[in-house]
This record gives sequence, structure tokens and C-alpha cells, in this order.
Amino acid sequence: MSALIEVENLTLKFRTDEGLITAVDDVSFSLDRGEVMGLVGESGSGKSVTAKSLMHLNTRNAVYTPDSKITLHTEDGPVDVLSLKTPRELNVVRGGAISMIFQEPMASFAPAITIGKQMVEQLQLHSDMSKAQAKEVSVEMLDRVGISDAGKRFNQYAFELSGGMRQRAMIAMALSTKPKLLIADEPTTALDVTIQAQVIDLMKDLVDEFHMGIIFITHDLGVVAQTADKVNVMYLGRLIEEGPVREVIGNPKHPYTQGLLSALPKLEDLDAPLTPVPGDIPSPLERPSGCVFNTRCGQVVGDQCMSKLPVDVQIDATHQVACHIYGEAPS
Amino acid sequence: MTEILIKAEGLSVHFPIGGTIFGKQMLKAVDNVSIEIEKGSFFGLVGESGSGKTTLGRALLKAAPISGGNAHYTDGEVEYDLENVSKEQLRDYRKRAQLIFQDPYAALSPRMTVRDIIAEPLEVMGITSNRAETDERVREIAAKCRLNLEHLRRFPHAFSGGQRQRISIARALVSAPKFIVADESVAALDVSIQADVLNLLKQIQSEMGLTFMFISHDLSVVAHTCDHVAVMYLGRLVETAPTRKLFDGPRHPYTKALFSAIPSLDPDDRGKAQKLEGEIPSPTNQPTGCKFHTRCPHAIDICKTQEPTLEGDGTGHEVSCHRWKELMAAVPA
Repeated sequence: MSALIEVENLTLKFRTDEGLITAVDDVSFSLDRGEVMGLVGESGSGKSVTAKSLMHLNTRNAVYTPDSKITLHTEDGPVDVLSLKTPRELNVVRGGAISMIFQEPMASFAPAITIGKQMVEQLQLHSDMSKAQAKEVSVEMLDRVGISDAGKRFNQYAFELSGGMRQRAMIAMALSTKPKLLIADEPTTALDVTIQAQVIDLMKDLVDEFHMGIIFITHDLGVVAQTADKVNVMYLGRLIEEGPVREVIGNPKHPYTQGLLSALPKLEDLDAPLTPVPGDIPSPLERPSGCVFNTRCGQVVGDQCMSKLPVDVQIDATHQVACHIYGEAPS
Repeated sequence: MTEILIKAEGLSVHFPIGGTIFGKQMLKAVDNVSIEIEKGSFFGLVGESGSGKTTLGRALLKAAPISGGNAHYTDGEVEYDLENVSKEQLRDYRKRAQLIFQDPYAALSPRMTVRDIIAEPLEVMGITSNRAETDERVREIAAKCRLNLEHLRRFPHAFSGGQRQRISIARALVSAPKFIVADESVAALDVSIQADVLNLLKQIQSEMGLTFMFISHDLSVVAHTCDHVAVMYLGRLVETAPTRKLFDGPRHPYTKALFSAIPSLDPDDRGKAQKLEGEIPSPTNQPTGCKFHTRCPHAIDICKTQEPTLEGDGTGHEVSCHRWKELMAAVPA
């Protein structure tokens, strides 16, 4: 397997009136072709910001530290994403090799331009297709994602489609440029469970067919269990646990991951009480020193949690966790 | 003997949508629904977007017009026929029945302090007569919802999603209602905060003896909170049962599909889900016969022409499907 994208020591701060705010702190991961990664965390954990960095899409007040590095491997060789500057250069990671699907499909389509026109426009931007060719590809793509009567839908506006239909059109649009990497930011959160199941199925089919990598951002561990190969859990800008989906969900090591799982209502056991992770995620302006989770952790092992940043501990070859509990044991 | 707080019979909410010289076209948002909500219970209402669950909740709050059938409210102090209440009765009913909204970001005015937000219903409804009394009431209810005095002075923007939802809950509770409709009240929250808010609702319900109608599209949340569940599809009730019964043995193909669509936490369950094709039809252009036949994998001829009625088995489990017995026998649960 060859790596598709590598993220090394990504640290991202936002310059604001209140000073520099750390949104992502020293995050490293890589993704292979045909691999689906789930990126999990609460609101404010930095998962969307991390994903947007891959497309160099964060706002102007974003500051990347000098040792942050994102490398995208394309057919024309590796691309250093963070060094891209001009719009032409950035085209490679914005819609070319990387596409993104957003949570709210209604807000992602221009309301006064037909779906078809938007699809054709971006296809022409990223390839040298003629208008007619672009239309043909677009209709084909709409058909492929299960939109009936694709030729008619092509000429409709976003408001004329139902929620599930819009999300399918969004996926069709994102995939029509044949990206190598698809970033899906909460793509099913706004959908009904039945439609969610359809969209998840569709995305799995598409991975098989196009052999692309997917980064699936979600707070729903059930969705992750059904789609991802591996899972990265983020909290307050830090990667706190990562591993294969079976390991992280079946054998969670970090107290936060364990907390997320026990807060989830389970159908198998209706009597099990729901145990929330106590407290709220701290404001990024008040980042705790030491382990970022120490303000809410029920398993603090000692002073080191308050003063020292935990290092990644290998649970096994692929499963690692950043927590002092496991740093204690010499094994 | 359990007491019934709200009993609706053949309740319908139809909205006129445009029309021609030949008459008005009606959108049947809720059509011929009968339910009984026990006093002190958590009643769950489940369905996809467009199933009419929100409209039913609103009709019971007298926030949507009841166009047919009747709904009877009785809490031991007063009795109202909701389809036909006087202005005075309605004013009183507003104190007794309240709504908690879905989006805690949109439901709170950004220009009012938390204290004013919670106090507003008291002032509008004339429940308290002076400021001292209002303040006492606000503090009392805020404490119940785990908000402290410091919180009351601030504006909503200073709060996280979970805290905002607690403010909305406090506002709904301040008039000491008997009946609360919680419409997707945890849908916009992270799992951990969702668990926290659900626990709070449960606690308040038992402390204050409230009756909740809990509207949600999330079956696992409903399973954990509700005593009784009703499943709606295109304005109709398709199945209703005590929670345990429904989750142990769903009878309607739609309920089964809803269950099976919940993403399982077990990665080995991939692809096992029984998928429902298509989407809920438009309520302006409803199918004939059983409303679900266009998406039902078990539909036969009779389903296309004849509408099934709710059939009970004497245990409170009712289902509206022509073939449920046959299907249950074919696939042992």
C-alpha cells in the first residue's frame, strides 16, 4: 500500500484579538489509497480544521508552525500542500485531487444556479472537457449515485431536491473530478437514519469503484464502525487515540474514547445508564496544561497528568494512545 | 389504574396548499391519529422527516390547527377539549403545556440575559406578581437545571450547546407545566452532552411528575428514555407499543427498517442492515392503500388498494399492516 496523504506535526493556530488560539496541536497521520479513516471528536475538537488544512482551506488568520507538513502523493509526484500559494497551484488540492462533502447540502449548493451548471463549471475548471462532455459526465455521475431521472435533476435547483437527494448530488459533484481523496465532513448528520444508511452504502461502493481514500469526519461512532478501516480520535486539537476500527471501538484505551462510547445509547442494553463525560470541552483560550483531557478525566493517575503532555504509547503495532495510564507500565 | 393525561382520537391536521377553481388541495400532515399519553410517562414519537411527528406534537400544544377528530386533556385540575377551547382556557393551557425546541442556538434571544429568558414566560403569562417573586422562581428552576447565579447574568452566546439546551429546558419548566413536548431536543448535541441532557430530563420528569412527549428520529435515544413509543409514517400511526415490546419484536416493516438502519457499533455487522429503498413520498401526493407500500419489501396487491387499520393484541401493542402476522410467522424473531 502506498501512502496517499501524509500529515506530519501539523500545528495550526488562529490569530485573534485574544491572541493565538491553538486549534490543532502536533497531529500526524497518514492515509493509504482505498482506505477509509474516521476522524472522531466533539464539537471544538479540531477535526474539521484538520481536514480543511489538507485543502489549505483555513481562513487567513490561520498560522501553521514551520515544522507542519502535509504531503499529497499524486501521479505527478509528491505535493507539499502547505507551500501552495496561487489559486492555480491550489486547484490541485481544492477539487482536483481532493474533494470535500459538507454537512449541510443546502448551504453547499448555490441556490440560484442549477445543480447541473454548478457541476459543469467545476468539471471545466479541473479538466479540459468541453461543455457537452462535462454535461455527459455530470449526468452519468448523478445517475451513478442513485438519482433517478438524472437528466431532469441536472436542470433543477438545490431547493427542488429532498435532503437525501441533495446529499447524493453533493457526492456526485465531489466525485465527478475523480479525486484521490474525499473528505466527508459529517455528511450524514443532517439525514434520517434510513437515508443515512443509503448514503453510507453508496460511499462504500464508491470507495471500491474509484479506489480513493476517504476521511470521514463524524461524532457518531456507529457511523464510524460501519464505514471506517481505522479511527483517529481528537480532543482539543490533539490526536489522543488511533488504531484499526475494531480495536478502537472494541477495546478503547483512552478515558475519553471510553467516555464517548459509554455516553452512547445502546440498543442491546436498554437498562444501561447513559454516562456522559463530565463537564464541557474547555475553551481553546483556556487549554489545560499537561494532558488536555485532565479537566474531565476520571482516571487521573498523578501529577504528570497536570504537568506533562502524554506521549503516544503503542498498545500494539497499529493501536496507539496518548495517555499517562499506559506510560506508567514499563512493558 | 393509570391516568391518561392526553387522549387523542382520530386527530387530523390538514393544511390547505394553494388550490384551483375546483377546490383546495389539502396537505394531510397528520391524518386520523389516535393516541393515549399516560400521566407521568415519557411518550416517544418516532419517524423520518415529513412523517408528521412535529405537527402532531404541535397540535397537542394547540400550536397547529386541529382540523378533525378530538384531543382531550385532563390533569386532575382542569379538563379541556383541545379541538375546541375558549380563549381563556387556551391561556391557561399555555401554562400547562410547553415546548422544548431542537436547536438551542436558534431558540434563545441573543439580546436577553439568561435570567430574562427564563423569566419571560412568567411575566407574559402573569404568573408572578412582582420582581422578587419572579427572581425566586427563576433561581429555583435554574438550580434544577444545574445553572448557577453567575450563569443568569450572562448572555446565551457565552454558553456551550449543552448549557444552552439546559437554559431552554429551564424556560419551558418555569411556568410549572404538566405536559412538555421535547422536539428533537438532543439531536443537535454531541453524544456526551446528549447523555447529560437526557439524564437531566429524566430526573426532572420524576421530580416534578411531568409528562413528556419526546419527538426524535433517533431510535436508540427513544429506547433509552421513553416508556411508550409511537411510530409515524406520512401522517399515520403505523405502530405503537410499550418500549420494551416494540424493541423486542417490532411488527411493522417500517419499524423494522428503522431499527435496522441504526448504525451498529460492531464493525462485523457491516452490510447486514436491511436497507429501505427510496424516500418518504411527498405528503401532497400520497400513495393509495397502505402509505408505506411504495417502499415496503413485502407489499402485495391488497396493500396498494386498501388502507390497513391499527390492530391491537390487548397488550398495548398495535400495528397497522395487512401482513404483520404472516410476516412474524415467516421470520421467527
